[in-house]
Amino acid sequence: MRVLAAMSGGVDSAVAAARAVEAGHDVVGVHLALSRMPGTLRTGSRGCCTVEDSNDAWRACDKLGIPYYVWDFSERFKEDVVQDFIDEYAAGRTPNPCMRCNERIKFAALLEKAIALGFDAVCTGHYAKVITDTDGNPELHRAADWAKDQSYVLGVLTHEQLKHSMFPLADTPSKAEVRAEAERRGLSVAKKPDSHDICFISDGDTAGWLAEKIEMTDGDIVDETGAKVGGHTGSNQFTVGQRRGLKLGTPAADGKPRFVLEIRPKENKVIVGPHALLAIDELKGIKVSWAGLPIAEVATGEEFDCYAQVRAHGDPVPARAFITETEDDGVTRQGLTVTLGEPLRGVAPGQTVVLYQGSRVLGQATIDSARSLARPELP
Amino acid sequence: MYLDHAATTPISAPALAALTSVISRSGNPSSLHGAGRRARATVEASRETIAAAAGAHPTEVIFTSGGTEADNLAVKGLFWSRRDAEPKRTRILVSSVEHAAVQDTVEWLEKHEGAQAVWLPVDANGTVSLTAFEKELADGGADSVALISCMWANNEVGTIEPIAEVVALAATYGIPVHSDAVQAFGSVPVNFKDSGLAAMSISAHKIGGPVGVGALLLGRAVTLMPVLHGGGQERTVRSGTLDTAGIAAFAAAAQDVTQNLAAESARIAGLRDAIIAAVRSAVPDAVLRGVDPAHQPEKRLPGNAHFTFPGCEGDSLLFLLDMAGVESSTGSACTAGVPRPSHVLLAMGLDEDTARGAQRFSLGHTSGPADVDAFVKALPQAHASAKKAGMAGHVSSIQTASTS
Repeated sequence: MRVLAAMSGGVDSAVAAARAVEAGHDVVGVHLALSRMPGTLRTGSRGCCTVEDSNDAWRACDKLGIPYYVWDFSERFKEDVVQDFIDEYAAGRTPNPCMRCNERIKFAALLEKAIALGFDAVCTGHYAKVITDTDGNPELHRAADWAKDQSYVLGVLTHEQLKHSMFPLADTPSKAEVRAEAERRGLSVAKKPDSHDICFISDGDTAGWLAEKIEMTDGDIVDETGAKVGGHTGSNQFTVGQRRGLKLGTPAADGKPRFVLEIRPKENKVIVGPHALLAIDELKGIKVSWAGLPIAEVATGEEFDCYAQVRAHGDPVPARAFITETEDDGVTRQGLTVTLGEPLRGVAPGQTVVLYQGSRVLGQATIDSARSLARPELP
Repeated sequence: MYLDHAATTPISAPALAALTSVISRSGNPSSLHGAGRRARATVEASRETIAAAAGAHPTEVIFTSGGTEADNLAVKGLFWSRRDAEPKRTRILVSSVEHAAVQDTVEWLEKHEGAQAVWLPVDANGTVSLTAFEKELADGGADSVALISCMWANNEVGTIEPIAEVVALAATYGIPVHSDAVQAFGSVPVNFKDSGLAAMSISAHKIGGPVGVGALLLGRAVTLMPVLHGGGQERTVRSGTLDTAGIAAFAAAAQDVTQNLAAESARIAGLRDAIIAAVRSAVPDAVLRGVDPAHQPEKRLPGNAHFTFPGCEGDSLLFLLDMAGVESSTGSACTAGVPRPSHVLLAMGLDEDTARGAQRFSLGHTSGPADVDAFVKALPQAHASAKKAGMAGHVSSIQTASTS
């Protein structure tokens, strides 16, 4: 196969590319330029698309004896990922930009260009597995190492996208193994630190970054009874489940810490309350997609057993889910209702719920609302 | 097949012979003993050869590490010395299609030295506007001008600029003119003395010499503030131990290329015209940028063909041609290898999308009909695929959760 290896400049994508080469594929390395103003050097684990990252990817390709190119997706990235991130926060939701990047950049803009230019697949260093059945239909599964598993951030990929995806790190027992393999292969990135945080917010200060992009106005922080307990400088900077940085003047009656329960951007209001009230057990999702062919219950609307995961490194909880369909301007839209067997805390609209059966990823939806079936509506 | 001679051209046989024979001999040309004198003799003989090739006096040749350093030295050096002589001279008149070595230097002077850049517009072919020059110099405007910098020939679209006219205008007011002649020297007739320029940059590796050596031709009456300080070599204008072997190879390349200039540029222009014809026939909507050599052959570098391909991303074309064994260029400056729409094409009035579809094919001394044939064979498929891939900025047609 002709394989385009997306090379971030990190160790995972370098080893993934190496394995694709070793498997006999015709591999070309491509670094995605996602920023128009790349920094020159990385500082710690922050930053992305720096000249240093590009050079590291380049050196890895030299080592593997494959061609290397830099392709500019900065414009698309700005619109589809960065602007979406801003818009979501402005609407009081908490988006996952990495997921969005996989959905619209790596496995859409890049994949589409790759296919047009004669490639069969895009290969990345994600820890996840694609299993193809005898009819050629792909299924997405968790990586062998559940601790490193990244199937959550790939849960948004569709049947079409998965057909052209390659994740050679799938069966690697651990990250340490990948680093050791990089070392053995003489890849200079073997000891490079992992990336964390959001790549386009180079100093890691998300609230400060958002404050420059979103118009923030002062408003009230109220508790679960509706009583004002403090003020804020803009409701959009908060995330459900957040405890730090609330700067509440009035202590809670029970003296216990309080958490953000809900954000109401229209009223510019932040509602806080005790930890117990964070627990939710019903999610409603929109923008549903299926990672491969949908399971039978999707068509019938029957409820099905699954596991639900709401963050990249969160434990999945047992759940039951069913699909609803609504007509909107002649377009049929799927909605997802998930009832959790165990409550989850700190679930914010905008986050993604990914559904699993065993190791298999069924699909995902963007959380539109989350509530506790027992908890009364907040005032 | 190598179609990127404007980036660098393979070393010529005489240059390689000079390089390998001289590099094995030790000796610092500034030393006073035998080894030093021998090295110095090589440097001075080379200086004379290069001076003769470029129409200059040997004392006017200041060796540098290449074109970029020569441009920095000329622009900064002239700015500083002219402003020191008269503090109100803070303006730099500069064409808007300069190579980054001039463009960035001028921007640096703006930021750190209080210079004011006047970017002079070009027409649709990339030819700088003489009217704009005139206007800036008229009505006392000339009094505040430190220098003028205008390239001899553009590195992207191959347009040859009206240097004689620019110099004539500047001469009226006694303003020194610098020209980046890196692309022109060795490709079209260039004569420093006849040009009337105060300073002119040239580079070895664009003419078959090695990378890492170049020269600033500097009029003997022109004073220049040095950029590199040290041992006082090169009229104290450019300190640093001279690269004897590189200079010898530069001289050998310069001699070789200027000796055969007329015949060789006609031969290369013939290949270039074949490429232009091939592109036009394979891709009728491709647009030749710069001067059409069918009408004004003397206003375009013989080795340069530059096209924009509507609906294609330059980097897609480059990739596909590269995979097919044809090495070309998007023609614009890169940051971390990221192609940005060319400032030259934007100055010529193109919009960003059009400019992103640029591809430069440049020929040189090793080019032959086989290169053109390989290119003609590879282009149609490469273009079809690049067109299919479309522009990177477009919304992907792959449907996902957030698009449906």
